[in-house]
Amino acid sequence: MTAALQLDDLRVRFALGDGLVSAVDGVSLRVEPGEIVGLVGESGCGKSTLAAAVMGLLPPSTSVTGSVRVAGDEVVGLDDRRLRAMRGDRVSMVVQDPSTSLDPIWSVGDQVAETIRAHRRVGRREARAMATRLMTDVGIPAAASRYDDPPHRLSGGMRQRIVIAAALANEPALLIADEPTTALDVTIQAQILGLIRRLRDERGTSVLLITHDLGVVAQVCDRVAVMYAGQLVEVATAQELFDHPRHPYTRALLGALPGATARGERLAVIPGQVPDLAHQPRGCRFAARCALRTDVCEQAPVLEPVGASMAACWHVDQPLPSLGGAR
Amino acid sequence: MTSRTGFVLRRVLLTLPVLWVMSVFVFLIIRLVPGDPVRTMLGFRATAANVAEVRRRLHLDEPLLQQYVRWVGDLLHGDLGQDLVSRAPLSELLVQRLPVTLELTTLSMTLAVLVGVPLGVRAAVGGRWTRRLTDGFVVLGISVPDFWLGIMLVLLFAGTLTVLPPSGYLPFTTDPVQNLRYMTLPVLTLATAETAYLLRTTRGAMESVLQRPYVTYLRAKGLSPRRIVAGHALKNAAPTVVTVIGIQVGVLLGGAIVVEQLFALPGVGRMIVTAINQRNYPTVQAGVLVIAAMFVLVSLVTDLVVGWLDPRVSDGAGA
Amino acid sequence: MSTVERTATRTRRRPRTTTVVGAAVLAVLVLAALAAPLLAPHDPEAVQSTRVLGSPSASYPFGSDVLGRDVLSRVLYALRVSLTVAVSAVGVATLVAVPLGLLAGYAGGWVDSLISRPLDMLLVLPALLLAISLIAILGPGSVVAALAIAVIYLPILARVMRSSTLVVTRNEYVVVARARGAGHLRIMARHVLPNAIGPVAVQASVLTGFALQLEAALSFLGLGTQPPTPSLGGMLADGRDVLTQAPWVEVFPGLAIAVAVIAFTLLGDGLRRSLDPDGVAS
Repeated sequence: MTAALQLDDLRVRFALGDGLVSAVDGVSLRVEPGEIVGLVGESGCGKSTLAAAVMGLLPPSTSVTGSVRVAGDEVVGLDDRRLRAMRGDRVSMVVQDPSTSLDPIWSVGDQVAETIRAHRRVGRREARAMATRLMTDVGIPAAASRYDDPPHRLSGGMRQRIVIAAALANEPALLIADEPTTALDVTIQAQILGLIRRLRDERGTSVLLITHDLGVVAQVCDRVAVMYAGQLVEVATAQELFDHPRHPYTRALLGALPGATARGERLAVIPGQVPDLAHQPRGCRFAARCALRTDVCEQAPVLEPVGASMAACWHVDQPLPSLGGAR
Repeated sequence: MTSRTGFVLRRVLLTLPVLWVMSVFVFLIIRLVPGDPVRTMLGFRATAANVAEVRRRLHLDEPLLQQYVRWVGDLLHGDLGQDLVSRAPLSELLVQRLPVTLELTTLSMTLAVLVGVPLGVRAAVGGRWTRRLTDGFVVLGISVPDFWLGIMLVLLFAGTLTVLPPSGYLPFTTDPVQNLRYMTLPVLTLATAETAYLLRTTRGAMESVLQRPYVTYLRAKGLSPRRIVAGHALKNAAPTVVTVIGIQVGVLLGGAIVVEQLFALPGVGRMIVTAINQRNYPTVQAGVLVIAAMFVLVSLVTDLVVGWLDPRVSDGAGA
Repeated sequence: MSTVERTATRTRRRPRTTTVVGAAVLAVLVLAALAAPLLAPHDPEAVQSTRVLGSPSASYPFGSDVLGRDVLSRVLYALRVSLTVAVSAVGVATLVAVPLGLLAGYAGGWVDSLISRPLDMLLVLPALLLAISLIAILGPGSVVAALAIAVIYLPILARVMRSSTLVVTRNEYVVVARARGAGHLRIMARHVLPNAIGPVAVQASVLTGFALQLEAALSFLGLGTQPPTPSLGGMLADGRDVLTQAPWVEVFPGLAIAVAVIAFTLLGDGLRRSLDPDGVAS
């Protein structure tokens, strides 16, 4: 079965001031059809860059090597016209703040219809009808009467639903959701996540859910990939990740939570900082902050199967000193 | 949509105090003249008898408030008083001269919009050379005094190549072709600076809009650059541009005064200037009143258009 | 999009070529105007019937006008007059606008309304119309023209000062200063004013260019500087009669205005980069 998303050794580099920055450094990942995969990491770890690379939205001066295949079609090196045909049609994106995603002057309904008409030969009236149905699908009450409303008349949660509706209008194989609930308050968060899960169940759309919030992951993801400084350090099913975290970073993240499936605060309780991406250390990138660091960490570890997960660490399975192990 | 009608009503009502302030100011023109305005008006013809008679005729001997009420009352009946020199009713004079000024201003603004706005859009999305060229044009257009430009145009087109007439006027209804020939140089004169200004404004507004976050999202939807620019960027930049157009109409009206003088066009502007030199205050008042009123009306229309374009404004949500 | 940390390097930006050119040209013009008595090769008022409408030559670089007067000398003196009017008009307007705008932006509330409403009233009439009305009341002349121009630009400068003050007063150091118990007046003068004045300087330099144009327009209409004082606008009006025979009488004064206005505009735009990065001035 063709994966909804297949990344093979994706590297994204751009020139910045004095050097070449590797925002994404050799990421390989697979998202199966109908799967919700979470991509977790601190800000600056490269997850948003990865999303942009999949959408082909990076500036032309960026160097992208490796392979990105959406529903089997290669994205890297694709020309503009084909990229545009793909965006909004085979892969869509939903971002953090719906008020900055929507054109403030256009009506919400038209913005959904626009996505439809950009990729299919559909008349205006038909597009309107389709958009209204989509709006109802995503849970907007009395969609027909709200079609002509400008975005500022809708609440934050409603606006995010509109963005999701537009994203799913053309039945994409993959939906990338980059921090879709961070800007919303807690009760709305749960609703939106529930919506995403329901839409996956009904339509079979795969979702790459980017977040820094482990609580979100716990609610909705099937599998999880943990990213640090441009690399994946652990990949596992959600259950396995919470039950048996392998990589010290993952373990530290979970240890930094007040409770098991608690809603995530910022993960900055781990001492130290993400390394400057222009000057990456030679070996394991987490070594500087890792409680288990030894000399062998001078050599970069590779993502290898460990039990039911994959992790990149020389010291998997060793208990962390002051955190009392997993969970 | 009731919020929209509310917005329209509010905006129209807001015009009333503006009109009132303007009327007071115009009313005060003749009454603020230092010394005795009547003597100044009559100049060497100022005998005691004449002065008394004119003062009575212009009701300047009455209490101020009563004068104002009477003046406004007359205004509402369409009576703008009489020209001091010719004793002709000013309302008639204005009816003759207003179309000239209107034609000049309207044609100039239309030309400026038709040329300046598209060029501004191109400059915003274009490459380095487009931007450099338009930059140069903008600086020149805004800095060169428009009446000097007009004279240079006369030198070129009427003096050297005798293609167009240097001055004069024929009403459109009499002879459309000749009318346009006479208006070509005046319109070109006014329109050049205006085009430069609108170009700059449009370009700035477009550049600002194109940097907003929702543009990235529009690209993520797979929209073509053309659709993003035309359908979204332009629509979002439009309120700014329309607002500036409204303000610039005022500037154009001022420029029209000079251009009318330059090309001997029988418009309201020229009437005002001549009247000032004659100390013909009633005429000055009438002319200023009419032009100012036009400006207020144009401002109202542009505000309404902006409200129609941008739903945040008509909802009172603030842009 | 990407949250890569960058090393913050503050690069000192060279001023743009256009700004430098503008400033240089302006300096030349101002100096030339100030030094007019020294530079002018001939007496601007000297009527020379033998040299009527003479074309540009070595001794008369800009030619001579219908009365045989040297155009170059007249342009220099006229430039002096026009610059004086323009600069003093904008100067006076700025002197009045800054305290008003500062107070309005800092105090807010009813003080703001009290100051801003009347100033907005002045914007009801288009600029030239307002100037002409004032001249109608007070009579023509360069002083009246300067006053009229000052009145026109006062609300614009006050509004810029007010907006700039609003931006600055949101900053923390104002709150800190207030917490330390500094009096309002002191805060306004020592903290707010120096930081808020930037955009006003930009606006003032741009407006000076336009003031020059306005003055020329008014003189052209016979409403500004009155003859026999030479004025650029007046020269333009005179030159029309002999346009085809002696175009230099018309070309050079206009060129002088154009160059001066361009210089002011370039200077203003250049100042904008360092003094008004947020674009408060228009």
